[in-house]
Amino acid sequence: MCLDCGCQEGNKKKYFEHQHDHPHGSHTHTHDKHTHEHSNKQTRILNIEHSVLAKNDTFAQKNRQWLRSKGIVTVNLISSPGSGKTTLLEKTLEKLNGKLECSVIVGDQSTDNDAKRLLDKCQNVFQIETHSSCHINAEQVGNALDAITNDKTQLLFIENVGNLICPAAFDLGEDFKIAILSTTEGEDKPVKYPVIFSDAQIVILTKTDLIPHLDWSFKKCQQSIQQINPGIFTFELSAKTGEGMDAWINYLEKLV
Amino acid sequence: MHELSLADSMVHEIEEIIKKENARKVFSVTVEMGKFSGVEREPFEFAFPIVTEGTPLEDSNLEIEEVQGVVRCSDCRSDTILDIPFIKCGKCNSRNVSFVKGRDFLIKSLEIE
Repeated sequence: MCLDCGCQEGNKKKYFEHQHDHPHGSHTHTHDKHTHEHSNKQTRILNIEHSVLAKNDTFAQKNRQWLRSKGIVTVNLISSPGSGKTTLLEKTLEKLNGKLECSVIVGDQSTDNDAKRLLDKCQNVFQIETHSSCHINAEQVGNALDAITNDKTQLLFIENVGNLICPAAFDLGEDFKIAILSTTEGEDKPVKYPVIFSDAQIVILTKTDLIPHLDWSFKKCQQSIQQINPGIFTFELSAKTGEGMDAWINYLEKLV
Repeated sequence: MHELSLADSMVHEIEEIIKKENARKVFSVTVEMGKFSGVEREPFEFAFPIVTEGTPLEDSNLEIEEVQGVVRCSDCRSDTILDIPFIKCGKCNSRNVSFVKGRDFLIKSLEIE
């Protein structure tokens, strides 16, 4: 008998050393002395083309439809931390006071400090604390909409979490993404973070009052922006001194 | 590090898909990761085993297919591979281009049981 598998052929033929896979000639193996490791799983391949962010996109689309049905224009402000988003919003809300009905959703990882600052300028402010997350998602925005908008609301600002990478991936249902870049960040930020600068419909250069104190070139910065998003319109302004703010305010008034 | 929340979103999406397919286990996941999707390969690979633990995707194999950015030129109508950081036509250098590939982050296929 074959010592390897117990086949009867072994009675007739001299046992020989062989590998597991070997020619069988006329004999067959039974498996009474050893087991073969056959996998029992019956798998199948499912081919799909499904967005990883499908759930967020569904919420975003719902927000967009709801906001449009109410006639509310929504802008999503995205920048690094410390680029001056909240100061720009404070001054913007001040200047729009009495002209446009505004609401604000503001996202931070923690605290409602920004909401407190903005509440002086606008009654309808909602703070989203994202905790472990680095961006606002569309569901969070959807949950805030009822509370901070009313029949008169015309313009909704979403001040995203200070971050140039993650918020770019999450559609919130906004009409426009606006990338904000301060002069203190250097001229080449758009090239370093191309996704958000190519997605944005507008770029705002802030803190222009600091240009005389910086080794910063307007031309180089513009080249960097245009390299990533050819033809994009940029506002240059200082929320602190008010320089350039009028053009930005005019733009917002025309959006609505 | 939005790759962690993206990986988490992906697990939820896949759980929904396999429920509809009456499957109980996922053995492998193939994703298409556009070079211009804003998703980084390494943090996503890092996040994957963490978010799949205790789910039908636990111990599944993650295959990532990276897709180059491709732009279509409105002037010369060519499709060319994007040479980051320049967003322009690789043939005629026009900046009048739009993306045709490389922006998406998709679940492409699943091996399920």
